[in-house]
Amino acid sequence: MLNSIRTVAERPIARRWLLATGLTLGLLAAMPSAQAQETIKVGILHSLSGTMAISETTLKDVMLMLIDEQNKKGGVLGKKLEAVVVDPASNWPLFAEKARELISKDKVSVVFGCWTSVSRKSVLPVFKELNSILFYPVQYEGEESERNVFYTGAAPNQQAIPAVDYLAKEEKVQRWVLAGTDYVYPRTTNKILEAYLKSKGVKQEDIMINYTPFGHADWQTIVADIKKFGSAGKKTAVVSTINGDANVPFYKELGNQGIKAKDIPVVAFSVGEEELAGIDTKPLLGHLAAWNYFESIKSKANSEFIATWKAFTKNPKRVTNDPMEAHVVGFAMWVKAVEKVKSTDPDKVIDALPGIEAPNLTGGISKMLPNHHITKPVFIGEVRADGQFDVVWKTPGLVAGDAWSKNLDGSKDLIGDWVKLKCGNYNTKTNKCGGA
Amino acid sequence: MCLLRACLVAMIFGLALAGPAAHAADLTEALARFTTDDFSDTDAGISEVAASGDPRSATIIEALQAGRLLFNAEQKKVFYTDASGKLIDAAIGQAVTGDRPADLEKVRLNNRLRRAIDAALGGLTLLAPDPARRYDAAQAVFKSREATALPLLDAALAKETDQRVKKALTEARAAVVLYADDASEADKVAAIAVLRARGGQETVAALSGLPVDAPAAVSGAAREAVTAMQSQLAAWTAVQNAWYGISLGSVLLLAAIGLAITFGVMGVINMAHGEMVMLGAYVTFAVQELIRQYNPGLFDYSLLIAVPLAFLVAGLVGILVEQGIIRFLYGRPLETLLATWGLSLVMQQAVRTAFGPTNKEVGNPSWMSGAFEIGQITITYNRLWIVCFTLAVFVALLGLLRFTRLGLEMRAVTQNRAMAASMGIRTSRVDALTFGLGSGIAGIAGVALSQIDNVSPNLGQGYIIDSFMVVVFGGVGNLWGTLVGAFTLGIANKFLEPYAGAVLAKIAILVLIILFIQKRPRGLFALKGRAVEA
Repeated sequence: MLNSIRTVAERPIARRWLLATGLTLGLLAAMPSAQAQETIKVGILHSLSGTMAISETTLKDVMLMLIDEQNKKGGVLGKKLEAVVVDPASNWPLFAEKARELISKDKVSVVFGCWTSVSRKSVLPVFKELNSILFYPVQYEGEESERNVFYTGAAPNQQAIPAVDYLAKEEKVQRWVLAGTDYVYPRTTNKILEAYLKSKGVKQEDIMINYTPFGHADWQTIVADIKKFGSAGKKTAVVSTINGDANVPFYKELGNQGIKAKDIPVVAFSVGEEELAGIDTKPLLGHLAAWNYFESIKSKANSEFIATWKAFTKNPKRVTNDPMEAHVVGFAMWVKAVEKVKSTDPDKVIDALPGIEAPNLTGGISKMLPNHHITKPVFIGEVRADGQFDVVWKTPGLVAGDAWSKNLDGSKDLIGDWVKLKCGNYNTKTNKCGGA
Repeated sequence: MCLLRACLVAMIFGLALAGPAAHAADLTEALARFTTDDFSDTDAGISEVAASGDPRSATIIEALQAGRLLFNAEQKKVFYTDASGKLIDAAIGQAVTGDRPADLEKVRLNNRLRRAIDAALGGLTLLAPDPARRYDAAQAVFKSREATALPLLDAALAKETDQRVKKALTEARAAVVLYADDASEADKVAAIAVLRARGGQETVAALSGLPVDAPAAVSGAAREAVTAMQSQLAAWTAVQNAWYGISLGSVLLLAAIGLAITFGVMGVINMAHGEMVMLGAYVTFAVQELIRQYNPGLFDYSLLIAVPLAFLVAGLVGILVEQGIIRFLYGRPLETLLATWGLSLVMQQAVRTAFGPTNKEVGNPSWMSGAFEIGQITITYNRLWIVCFTLAVFVALLGLLRFTRLGLEMRAVTQNRAMAASMGIRTSRVDALTFGLGSGIAGIAGVALSQIDNVSPNLGQGYIIDSFMVVVFGGVGNLWGTLVGAFTLGIANKFLEPYAGAVLAKIAILVLIILFIQKRPRGLFALKGRAVEA
């Protein structure tokens, strides 16, 4: 019995093996005749099974599409790109194993992947040891700048802080509920937000912090608590770092208990078009999300991207979201850097990337910064009845990503600079590399 | 004072009756504000339309609220669609003849504007003929505390005959007076007395939000009222926690009751139990999709249709699993555990491949949406129905075990297999049917859980641990134990949660169960007799 289970679990890997072997054989056969058949391999490290598959499968698809598009344009450096897809199955140690497999066995030139911070932390030593490049496309808690990683998602100052500013200014919010799932991203983000709010004169008693386990399904008590906290005579808002599956029951409970956005708005950092696809959004009208991209934003690049995406997936209902855009920008930057140095050598590409500019899908030009983060516009969107967002506010220009938060005591003197200082955590007070 | 008020009312009515020409100009100007696609302009437009006194202003603002107000930026013209979808020129109030103008865009709203709309509509519909609308209007004014609504409120109060609406109007008036700059101290204190009688969280909010420079008598009275109301609210909080506990308990019971059969009665450690629940939820999704496509009118009955289907689908899968895997593994608990766990992974991935990894939208039928209030607690319909449904399933299952031939055979086989076999019962068939029954009930649970949780391949995972906890805590092999166990755990969890937080409450419950199992290894209601040793 056990044997048969193992076979089922390993079948996809076996098939990929066969495929890889087949491809290699094919390549070997074709080698002498045409040098141009040589490909550049691009690794895709996103979970296709397990808990995170819900979010990461889409990113795998968008990478395949981008590689396909690039190949139609003639590839890179005259060579075709070849995608190598592996499935780390939402299993953090497996991420490290699969990363090692991609870099040392498949010899990929670059990897696009990871979603959760813990998966990124788990592959980090591998990328350092084998000296390869990772593009990480998801908004995260910051407090990191590594030579081998390029962060194309938002740092807290590109998402959380502008969102709070919007609520304070536009909705005149004075009381804050910081609700999150209990893990590193919400905890760090809430720490930064708490310090930021206090620096703006918000009192301790006007901040309520609440953590829930992953996949929390029974929100009755917490929603009632929020309602109670919001009835103290001051305008109240919820800043939600609730992640993944827990969001649907949370919003359902909000809707059922009759908390409308005009009474207590919820601004979410992890709820995008994809997540809303599982909810009836009519009761959520007016709740907010802060992102660097919304599908509803009108720009030429965006409508082209959406059309290509729907054609590629052969599904007119598929939506686009923020981490997908991050991959679009990151991929364009990598292509430009490779073409600039005319090589896929990791050291050369890493040195070439800072300063590279690529158009984002919302009409601006994003730039890779020396701290390996990028510049991004910040948008606040309100949930519409059709599951899309209406942009109600945006930053006047692009915001540069801070690797280290300026609001936390431990990190406010730190900067990351891989161009001049060659250091990810340079302390500007002590002028030393290494944090302290 | 009274005279003044009367004058104001007369003025407002006078305005409403004045010639249409003057308004048309006002209204056109106000409407032009909607064509700039700027939130501040729209805000100004709302208050200008409301103040224009035009009889159609309520219609226009309602269209704006419902997202039916459209504009053409180039011609600076505003239109709205009425209930039948006819396009009407807002400035003249007549249907557009000929072609529909091109480039129409919806006037966009944000939360600030939605509040402004509520306030404006509150003022405009206070005198509406329908009492329900007047009541809503009074509630809106209570929230907005718009000082300009005072004369209208008085006019409405004077005319009001419906007791419920009259009370709401009086309370709204008190809230407005409390925040009005020109009201006297005595009026304000009287207003506080009215509000105190109203009670509730919104009132606490209204009273504690008073400006700091309020006169001592007023702020003193407000503080006193808040303290009194809060002690009342605290009592309600306890009732609320109990209700939440019952509701959580019913969800736990629903998830665990199928397991109480497969694990409790048959002794199979069934790690794929959660996936049977998931199958039920996906059946609900499929049923709703089909209904949406072929007969949207049936949507409210979708769950009723899904329940028997989910039972059949999950039950059949259960019988297949029993026949294909589990029957070879009886008496080997470790191997059963591993096999069913592997099976759960296979089923998750199969569903993921078939339906895609993303959440599926399962809608709530209208009778399961929304909430009602009893005193100061909100009871949501979906939770209430789930409690009723769970109890119904429980009673049905008890009845089945007690009064049917299948139930008799099941009990006979689990109590003494050899004896049952020698009496002519086909034990292997009974095993398959029992496992199918447990799985089928898990499928039914999935139908209910699809109403409150994500419908995704991971749905079942979230319930498997809780289900085992309930069955083990309640006493293996005893349905009543499962019932008591589920409700005990649910209520304990909900009373701990406000103090310890959701994460700690969960941990605390786990620790308590471990300690309890140390003391009573067979759970709350241990089975006595020979079955225990079997």
